[in-house]
Amino acid sequence: MSAQAGHGAAVRIDACGKTFADGTRALQPATLDIARGETLVLLGPSGCGKTTMLRIIAGLELPDAGGRVLFDGKDMTPVPIERRNVGMVFQSYALFPNMTVSDNIGYGLKIRGVPSKERAERVAELVTLTNISGLEHRRIDQLSGGQRQRVALARAVAIRPGILLLDEPLTALDAALRDRLRSELNRLLRALGITTIYVTHDQSEAMELGDRVVVMQKGAIAQIGTPREIYFTPRSRFVAEFIGAANIVEATIEDRHLVLPGGRQPIHCDVNMPAAVAMIRPETIRVTSAGSASLSGTIDSISFIGDRQRLVVSGASNRLLTVDAPNTLRTRPGERIGLSISPDAVRLLPPES
Amino acid sequence: MSHRSFVWLCLLPLAVVTAAFFLLPMARLVVTGAGGPQGLAGYLAILTEPRYRATLINTVLLAAATTIVTLIVATIAGMFLQRHRFPGRAVLIAMLTFPLAFPGVVVGFMIILLAGRQGLIGDFSNRLFGEKLVFAYSIYGLFLGYLYFSIPRVILTIMAAVQKLDIGLEEAARSLGAGPWAVQRDVVLPALAPAFVASGAIAFATAMGAFGTAFTLATNIDVLPMLIYTEFTLAANFSISAALSVGLGIITWFILALARSFSGSAVAAAG
Ligand SMILES: Nc1ncnc2c1ncn2[C@@H]1O[C@H](COP(=O)(O)OP(=O)(O)O)[C@@H](O)[C@H]1O
Ligand SMILES: [Mg+2]
Repeated sequence: MSAQAGHGAAVRIDACGKTFADGTRALQPATLDIARGETLVLLGPSGCGKTTMLRIIAGLELPDAGGRVLFDGKDMTPVPIERRNVGMVFQSYALFPNMTVSDNIGYGLKIRGVPSKERAERVAELVTLTNISGLEHRRIDQLSGGQRQRVALARAVAIRPGILLLDEPLTALDAALRDRLRSELNRLLRALGITTIYVTHDQSEAMELGDRVVVMQKGAIAQIGTPREIYFTPRSRFVAEFIGAANIVEATIEDRHLVLPGGRQPIHCDVNMPAAVAMIRPETIRVTSAGSASLSGTIDSISFIGDRQRLVVSGASNRLLTVDAPNTLRTRPGERIGLSISPDAVRLLPPES
Repeated sequence: MSHRSFVWLCLLPLAVVTAAFFLLPMARLVVTGAGGPQGLAGYLAILTEPRYRATLINTVLLAAATTIVTLIVATIAGMFLQRHRFPGRAVLIAMLTFPLAFPGVVVGFMIILLAGRQGLIGDFSNRLFGEKLVFAYSIYGLFLGYLYFSIPRVILTIMAAVQKLDIGLEEAARSLGAGPWAVQRDVVLPALAPAFVASGAIAFATAMGAFGTAFTLATNIDVLPMLIYTEFTLAANFSISAALSVGLGIITWFILALARSFSGSAVAAAG
């Protein structure tokens, strides 16, 4: 165990579904492999079953019959959470109110019978690592939200878990703090190098932290891939729209072109289709002069964001098209513009979704 | 009329009631306690006179035992009832809290039916061992009666407190390796400490001062309320019964204050 402790365990979730006692089908049977040392993010809207999946891995919920959870190939399904050696950070942090910060962090070691001297050293190490020096003797109700988050993380990591499980650890914080802690967390997770499963509903968190991202929808896995894969090659309309900004275009395909109200857009597709659905990311659309363009539209509105400006264009597609243009482009609402899109940037989606 | 004097005027009835029904009799009691042949030393007699002292210790021990056993039984039962759903649960809770309505006399009566000379336990032991087990008329009967009296009250408080427990804390402790006992010791019991102090205080005070049950069971049980009664009605020893009454009040108050400050840190932390 100790040789692998630094990088944790490999996890396999085998056909794990979950139906709660009241009949709620929270999770369709899902199979998933998580490599040793990998950070996997479970991403999806609220209620899609992320927490349920995490709790099954942790051992706080049993999967429906037939489902199995394996750590390093060993079947852990019947093993209760207290013997799975998992570090868990709860959405509410669940810090012990009757203990100080250092007692919280050292609790798992105390339970394991680690002598107090060794325990104090490990706690001090984690206090430094998570940047909470000076708070060791505070009570939990004397901490800010960000400090609590760090204590919760330190407590989970202190036991040198095989797997680190985090359930929306940043959701309870305000936006500015969330951004700062996100990159701090990223650095920390990389430094620990331990197998991590991270639950969030925030796609930018998922992109930054995940080696791979599992996009979930209504209790089922919609897509698994690296952040780049799910961003550039979403397999469904749901994934395309959930990750980043996406223009969804419904059109007929003729002759390797999408036939649109504002013109024809070349694509890589050899078959003609009466009703195709395609995705085009706003930043892949280049603004040109209207005259020579094969696709054109009229600017409806402009929002200046700073590093870029976001144009809303009508008349080009069957619905409004969002275009990210350089912040230096001089244009105004009502102007007619051409839209140049590389065929590579048009991604066909299965029509039914 | 200014706002201030209006407030004072409103407080007047409260002041009158407090003075008439609370302060005056109390002051009178304190004075009476010092009005015996020994004067103020009458108070000292509570502690120096062997009979009084023994009764006092008896009463405190009985009340403490009642409180501890009540807390243990009620915590286990309350935790189970709050955390589990099973058929008949509502009926069981209703039955457990039914004795809330009974006065001490009825509780005493029930103890006699259970452990008295014609009682169930006596019948049973008679058939099994040929000997009648009778303890209703002793301090053990009284102990049983007080348990019967206190458990329903404490169960309700504990159930309310258990409902407010954060399950996440227990799950966090388990994730860190804590087994069932460690979870109880480190998470659940500390979080319930305020409820223990509050409901334990009521159980203790009730057991210190309850009279009806004792009186129903027997007149020679060695507890303070009975002693006060016999000194007052049978021996017409007004000053001693007054001194004993004041002593009973002060001792109860003191022990409760002690318990509260003792658990104060736990309560503050869990709050
Ligand atoms: N203990 C439970 N009993 C019944 N239904 C539950 C329980 N826990 C969660 N659910 C339901 O399961 C679904 C998925 O929940 P959850 O995994 O918490 O979603 P997420 O974490 O993605 O927001 C939701 O519809 C939720 O209401
Ligand atoms: Mg959740």
